Amino acid sequence: MKHMALIITIVLMSFGNGTSQINYFEETHLNRPDNSLKVFNFEELQSYLSTKDAKKTYVINFWATWCAPCVKELPYFEQLNAKYSNHNVEVILVSLDFPKQIETKLKPFLKKNALKSEVVVLDDVDSNTWIPKVNKNWSGAIPATLIYNKDKKAFYERSFNYQELETEVKQFIK
Amino acid sequence: MKNTFKTLLAIVAFIATTAFTPVGTGYDIGDIATDFKLENIDGKMVSMADFKDAKGFIVVFTCNTCPYAVAYEDRVEALNKKYADKGYPVIAIMPNNTDVKPGDNMAAMKARAKAKGFTFPYLMDKGQKIYPQYGATKTPHVYVLEKTKKGPLVKYIGAIDDNYKDASAVTKTYVEDAVDALLVGKEVPEAKTRAIGCSIKV
Repeated sequence: MKHMALIITIVLMSFGNGTSQINYFEETHLNRPDNSLKVFNFEELQSYLSTKDAKKTYVINFWATWCAPCVKELPYFEQLNAKYSNHNVEVILVSLDFPKQIETKLKPFLKKNALKSEVVVLDDVDSNTWIPKVNKNWSGAIPATLIYNKDKKAFYERSFNYQELETEVKQFIK
Repeated sequence: MKNTFKTLLAIVAFIATTAFTPVGTGYDIGDIATDFKLENIDGKMVSMADFKDAKGFIVVFTCNTCPYAVAYEDRVEALNKKYADKGYPVIAIMPNNTDVKPGDNMAAMKARAKAKGFTFPYLMDKGQKIYPQYGATKTPHVYVLEKTKKGPLVKYIGAIDDNYKDASAVTKTYVEDAVDALLVGKEVPEAKTRAIGCSIKV
């Protein structure tokens, strides 16, 4: 689908600039530096995370704007990211928002809440294949959180308050 | 003083039971599922025992408010149309706490069922007693049960199919494959699958 949109864009662009259609595709499908949001399938997400700093502890939170308990705990992840950034801790928020709602729901949400943690989108329908790769015990319910560094790894299918989250992360950074 | 102590004790007991309930309990393949008696959208109480001629059941924990559940509601209806006459009716159960999710209350369930023309029972898990026994964690979450002399045997747990976004792009129809296998007396090809869903609201 993404490729299709790109091809249409290229075809339209080759006919010259300035029509409203071209603008539409540019708005919705081409990454702009000021408004870019990485959209990955699971394999791409894995290879993206593998390029990260091996000295750091990563807190990967699976969430979505439509998931009320996820939205409730986002401030705690933000707080953690701010407080522990100088302890080599980094929070990455993996959104499972539906791709067709990225423009209408996710981006406005991110803008409104001015999240500082990095947000990426995971768009991969074959969840029966990738969910067990995150953790073999994950039923697929969100919120869910993965904390890891080069020494250890833990998975949580649950909600957190700030203290609980901080307690878990502290075990990774001593 | 005594009363305060009792209250404290009750609070501690409550926290202990809620905070430390291990995740991942509930039924596994081969377990006998419990029957239930839950209120349907028409006001009547429904149990599996009411379905004298059924060979089994497609029990779907689902709701009105979860986008994944909504994405699948037409496919749940299609499952009932396809399999009810063959002996595997759909029974949908709404497991959420309606104080947390008023959009899942009985009035909303009735309205949704009417708007979508559901032909299957859509039951309220009042008091949230049934879903923990099954071990459902999210909506939608499916259990295919086969009627046996010992009771309803759990034969399949998991997702409806492998594409929540687009029914026409599905490559694996997990629930259909399970029921088709059971109808001809074969083993279910893939007995447990996983999908993203909305955590059940407690």
